[in-house]
Amino acid sequence: MTALSKSWERAVVPVLILAAWEIVSRSGLLPAALLPAPSVVLHSWADWVFGFDETAQANSGRWLADALSSAVRVAAGYGIAVATGVLLGIAIGWWSWVERAIEPTIQMLRPVPPVSWIPVAIIWFGIANKPAIFLVFLGAFFPILMNTIHGVKTADRNLIRAASMMGATEQQLLRHVVFPAALPSIFAGLRIGIGAAWMLTVTAEMVAVKSGLGYVLWDSYYFLRYDLVLAAMASIGLLGYVTDALIKLLMSAALHWQHASTLQSREG
Amino acid sequence: MASIELQNITKIYSDAKRKRDLLAIDDVSLTVERNEFLCMLGSSGCGKSTLLNMIAGFEKPTKGTVTVGGKPVDGPGADRGMVFQQANLMPWLPVWENIAFHLRLKGWRKADRRAAAQEFIDLVGLKGFENHYPAELSGGMSQRVGIARALLMNPQVILMDEPFAALDAQTKMDMQEELVAIWQKQRCTIVFVTHSVDEALVLGTQVAVLTSRPGRLRERIELDLPRPRDITSPRFNDHKRHILNLIREEGLQQRQVAAA
Repeated sequence: MTALSKSWERAVVPVLILAAWEIVSRSGLLPAALLPAPSVVLHSWADWVFGFDETAQANSGRWLADALSSAVRVAAGYGIAVATGVLLGIAIGWWSWVERAIEPTIQMLRPVPPVSWIPVAIIWFGIANKPAIFLVFLGAFFPILMNTIHGVKTADRNLIRAASMMGATEQQLLRHVVFPAALPSIFAGLRIGIGAAWMLTVTAEMVAVKSGLGYVLWDSYYFLRYDLVLAAMASIGLLGYVTDALIKLLMSAALHWQHASTLQSREG
Repeated sequence: MASIELQNITKIYSDAKRKRDLLAIDDVSLTVERNEFLCMLGSSGCGKSTLLNMIAGFEKPTKGTVTVGGKPVDGPGADRGMVFQQANLMPWLPVWENIAFHLRLKGWRKADRRAAAQEFIDLVGLKGFENHYPAELSGGMSQRVGIARALLMNPQVILMDEPFAALDAQTKMDMQEELVAIWQKQRCTIVFVTHSVDEALVLGTQVAVLTSRPGRLRERIELDLPRPRDITSPRFNDHKRHILNLIREEGLQQRQVAAA
């Protein structure tokens, strides 16, 4: 099958959904303000991005700044979660005394929804970037941690034996055997984590922060600008998709050795 | 000079569930001289792999001492090379990086590692496969990488735990021939664990026949057969008959013990 016809296949479902939505909106079944047509949303979105006719009012031309402030929060919280989740995950997976000391605490904190931390986060960090970053960290940390632990624990014991037979110290075993062996699992955690990170940035911005895509979404809801609400939702989806694609790209570069032996090789 | 010395090795596993101890190896003493190719032959469960793991440093004897090159073994280390039944290659590293893994641990630069690996890539006949990943290799090729990886460390002794057991008959024969050629060229001491009488007789300068449950050294046989070994020659068959008789007697005794 040619590449062109394959990309055509990918477009079928989105195009059908958009067309149906446009028709329903224009039919007048619902008030236009409550279900704006895709064309209206696109117009408002475009003004929000480029600022040509003030359709988006105060938000006109401010999309890049909004997207950037959300992205910065995601990057900061996610970055901290990756560093701590991977390091702590390796420690818990490798040393059983660390597991005994820390695991019970972590397993008790894990089921607490990150969103329920919002009041505490606001008291601790005030209303600004910090509570949002803290929330993003909480959301991304646990999936990364759990998957890292799993990856370390399922590392092939025979590879560790082989490496210690070649004179590897404990630190070298962790760096040259355990970490690469856990990497497929770590990447699974990173991909779950990035989804959680966007989810919590937006949540935090609705409640505790006065900027970002989530703030615009909630603010537009107050002013009944459903076209902007939908544009904000689409923006978040788009950015989430792009960051996930970046992680996938990084993953296929780091795990290229897997391609010959797994289903991925089908995709080419 | 003795390269490996096992002195009065006894191994007892405590079976916590049944509250009794299991005698796995009973007072085995064995010395391997330098440049010797010793095959440890025995049925599964006779403790031959346990003995090899003790030389490797993965397991400790309950009683007795293991020394390699005069020094007592207190853990795994690069002075001994090991080739496992499964090649145990790092799946994320290409062939040459797997072979040079020891040098990576020693902190060598990439270009130096690559250059040092080439000699061993050529030695085991993997030219052209340097940049392949383990998932792209056949079983025989994987074992070649495993052997090259052990040789690169230039160890005093090489320990092999049924490395050809999972290979097909033709590949196995080729690999046995090549291993003998490598051993003759590199001049090293090899301890080779196998359950195949033919394999032991094709490879070894000595065969140590072990009995099972508990593992004891039944007989040590010197092989002065000319190389390459002719598996159809009368002398080869004499040795084979003798060893098979030892094994058969052993099985008979065990059945009598079990029946009594």
